[in-house]
Amino acid sequence: MENFTPWTGLIGGLMIGLSSAFFLLTTGRISGISGIIEGAMEPGQSGYGWQIVYLLGLPLGATMVGMFLPQYLPEIKVTASWPVLALAGFIAGYGARLGNGCTSGHGVCGLPRLAPRSIISTVVFMSVAALTVFVTRHVF
Amino acid sequence: MMWIVSLLAGSLFGAGLTISGMVNPQKILNFLDFAAISSGGWDPTLAFVFAGAVTVMAVTYPFQKRLASPMIGSTFHLPGRQDIDMQLVAGATIFGIGWGLVGICPGPAIAAFAVTKVHLAEFSIFFAALSAGIILRMVTKNRVQAVPAE
Repeated sequence: MENFTPWTGLIGGLMIGLSSAFFLLTTGRISGISGIIEGAMEPGQSGYGWQIVYLLGLPLGATMVGMFLPQYLPEIKVTASWPVLALAGFIAGYGARLGNGCTSGHGVCGLPRLAPRSIISTVVFMSVAALTVFVTRHVF
Repeated sequence: MMWIVSLLAGSLFGAGLTISGMVNPQKILNFLDFAAISSGGWDPTLAFVFAGAVTVMAVTYPFQKRLASPMIGSTFHLPGRQDIDMQLVAGATIFGIGWGLVGICPGPAIAAFAVTKVHLAEFSIFFAALSAGIILRMVTKNRVQAVPAE
C-alpha cells in the first residue's frame, strides 16, 4: 500500500462532489468535463462562454492549492512516451464523447443518480482501464 | 452570474482533483493496477476520492428533485435517456483504453497544467490530442445526424 493517501483522497473527493452539487443546484447542469470541453469548442451557440471560464477554473483551483496549501500539492509523474500520450489523449477524447461522458459526468454525476447509462459506462471504462493497465504493466 | 458560478465550480473541482492527488497519472495507474494487490503495490486512493464525490452527489439529488428550477437558469439539464446502445458501450471502452494507457482523464488533463513543472510538454500533447478526439466526434456526429434530416 505504498503512497496510499486516504484522507487527502476523501477530502479532495468531497470537494469534487461539493463542486458538482453546487453547479447542479445553481445552473441545473451536470459537471461533465468532456462535455464542457466540447461546448467550449462550439463558439456561437447561445450561452457560450461559461464553458471556457469553467475550464480555466480547473488550473486556477490547482494554483490556489499551491498558494495556500502547498503541502497538499502532489508530485506529478508521467512515464508515458509522447506517441502514447497522443494516442491515449485522442481516443480518450473521442471515446468520452461517443459514450456521452467520462469519469466526471458518468462517474461522479450519473452514478449517484443511479442512471442506468452511467452505471454501465462507469463499469465498462473502469474494467477496460484496469485491463489496459494489466496488459501494459504485466504482459508486455 | 453564470460565469462567476462556473469559475467557482471549476476552481473547487480543480482544487479537489489536486488535493486528492488525481492530477498525478501515476496515482490513477497504481489504483487501476489490481494485479499489484498481492505484492502490496496497489494504491486504493481513487476509491476514496470517488466515494467522497459520489456521497455528496447522492445526498444532493433528493434535494434537487424537490426544486422546480435551479437558482440561475430555467430548467435542470439532466440527461433523460435510459437506453443502453452500442455507442455508449463502445465509447466507454475506447475511453477506458485511453485512460488506462496513461492515467489521465479530461479534468486532471487541464488542472495538472498548474501543478506540474517538468511535464508541461506531456500534458500539452495529451490535451491537444484529447481536443482533437473530441472535435472528431463532434464533426462525425453532426454528419450522421444531418443525413436523416435531409
